[in-house]
Amino acid sequence: MAEIRVENLHKAFGTFTAVRDSTFTVRNGDFFCLLGPSGCGKTTTLRMIAGLELPTSGRILLGKEDVTFKQASARDIAFVFQLFALYPHMNVRANISYPLRSQGMVRSEVQRRVEEAARTLRITHLLDHPVSGLSSGDRQRVALGRAIVREPLAFLMDEPLGALDAEFRELMCGELRALHDRLGATTVYVTHDQLEAMSMADTIAVMNQGVIEQLGSPQEIYDRPASLFVADFIGSPPMNLLRFEGKVGRGDRSVRVGGAEIAVPELHEDAAPGELVLGVRPEHVRLNGDAPYRARVIDSEYLGTTQIVTLASADGAGLKARLPSDFAVQAGDHVGLTFHADKLSLFDGRSGRALQTRLHAEAARG
Amino acid sequence: MSRGISHAHSIVEPGPISRNVAGVIVIVYAIVALVPLAWIFLTSIKTPPDSISYPPKVIFDPSLEGYCNLFTTRSRQTAEYLQTLAPPSGVCEKIARDRNMVIVGPSNYAPRFLNSLVIAFGSTALSVLLGTAAAYGFSRFKVPLKDDLLFFILSTRMMPPIAVAIPIFLMYRELGLSDTKLGMILLYTAVNVSLAVWLLKGFIDEIPREYEEAAMIDGYTRLQAFFRVVLPQATTGIVATAIFCLIFAWNEYAFAVLLTSGEAQTAPPFIPTIIGEGGQDWPAVAAGTTLFLVPILVFTVLLRKQLLRGITFGAVRK
Repeated sequence: MAEIRVENLHKAFGTFTAVRDSTFTVRNGDFFCLLGPSGCGKTTTLRMIAGLELPTSGRILLGKEDVTFKQASARDIAFVFQLFALYPHMNVRANISYPLRSQGMVRSEVQRRVEEAARTLRITHLLDHPVSGLSSGDRQRVALGRAIVREPLAFLMDEPLGALDAEFRELMCGELRALHDRLGATTVYVTHDQLEAMSMADTIAVMNQGVIEQLGSPQEIYDRPASLFVADFIGSPPMNLLRFEGKVGRGDRSVRVGGAEIAVPELHEDAAPGELVLGVRPEHVRLNGDAPYRARVIDSEYLGTTQIVTLASADGAGLKARLPSDFAVQAGDHVGLTFHADKLSLFDGRSGRALQTRLHAEAARG
Repeated sequence: MSRGISHAHSIVEPGPISRNVAGVIVIVYAIVALVPLAWIFLTSIKTPPDSISYPPKVIFDPSLEGYCNLFTTRSRQTAEYLQTLAPPSGVCEKIARDRNMVIVGPSNYAPRFLNSLVIAFGSTALSVLLGTAAAYGFSRFKVPLKDDLLFFILSTRMMPPIAVAIPIFLMYRELGLSDTKLGMILLYTAVNVSLAVWLLKGFIDEIPREYEEAAMIDGYTRLQAFFRVVLPQATTGIVATAIFCLIFAWNEYAFAVLLTSGEAQTAPPFIPTIIGEGGQDWPAVAAGTTLFLVPILVFTVLLRKQLLRGITFGAVRK
């Protein structure tokens, strides 16, 4: 297993720039997720690490070795495709052993490794079946078997759970993470599904339009989104973004939104006067009869343990609040809103960048 | 209500009436399509007088005379001379004697038939080989002017043979390729390769790139991936393409009649030149045609499974 280092990676297809100046390091043993909407460049990044696509500029290091322009076959990495790409004319055993046979490994060793991989994935009973009759879950396991059998430096996975149905996806999430831990693998995992990324990753890179917007642990990304894009992309429903005009600076502990004073974590930098954005997760909104920030209840969506209440504030902003499902609300109710002061984010409205607050400083101190 | 339900029938399964109608249509069509073939076969086992009798004879004594005449050349002799010969040794010899003739040697049918086999299978193999390579390139790589090149390749087939036959004839004379098997193989390959490229590109486009990418990740070069992963999956497409190429090359007449006369002449221009005494030897011509149909029939029947899968490819893939 090895560390993967990507430096200033750039990829253009004609006039379209798929990946823009990406730099990141996947630590040895890390489960690293590239997360973003479709077309954000996450798959292109992965394919460049694999050698299926050559970068326009930049460097890729695998361990200590510069592999930027090496053939895919010369890099010691395994790739799991979204649609599995199992060789349809071979049975399960032949599929799994295929990467070993390219190395000219002796037959008894191939046999041993295939059996071991099959045991790990619990597909020993399928070894002599053709791949065409397999369920998608079993195909997924065979594809993983083909990846783990060669004991590569790193695993690259391109939305490997995308073709599975929801119920099975959850199960495989757990299995994948367990497999990663057992093998001590370095894994780069591409997905557009934030739940997958949140539940499996050690580190997430959120990508948008070819740029890495934020790099951090799932908690960092959820609690302290670095940009408006990340705030809006992560979370279901996403963070409420309340736009307001104002001037804030270092040391401020509150902002004025819609005529109400709202307490925020202490600011650690000055912002240029102009449009600002207050970010509030739905679970940090509380309904409070006489709070000064006024809103009207539009409707409520019942989700079992919680409900998602849609609100329209007095100054016209739309909000969602996650409340206990036994909390009684009626469409049309006029209510006051309070926000959990220790959990709020502030963004510069023009650059979309998050303003540094006490929360960032505390996280940095650990 | 209950009546409606009891009379309900599936909308995808045809009912008994439409099934029967369909059956009748298929049978009638099969008869219409098979009558000419049956007529050719029946003519091939008639005697020359029976073959041209009017009204045509449906019931007759079958004879091998057509096949004997197809494979032999004969000469007419006087009755006195025939008396001096030993008794006839084979069926054909006996048929010839009855017509006051002796067999003087084999005809050109066998070598012409062999030419057809060599040229048709040779050009088919070459077309499919070139077509597969070109189709893979067009399907997988960024080729400059790809669309224009593909259109150019297709356009080579737009000209009718008769329009290009004279220039080709002149070129071949200069190059020493007239009336050679190599010349005919190259010519049919040139015509067929456009069909092969277009058909095979469709088939290869359908094979997901991920298979090759997986193979390359698994430590194989692109060439190895092509041979081990792409080719096995393109088999049905290759077989279907080969059959189309073979049918064209086997049946081709216009180029063959203009560019071959002896050494490399194929069966199609040869068969109509089979002349008996007093005009066309129809049973021999029919016999030559019947035998000429056999290779394509055998090839198609042997590979019909792949052919059918090949033609319905894409349609049935998920």
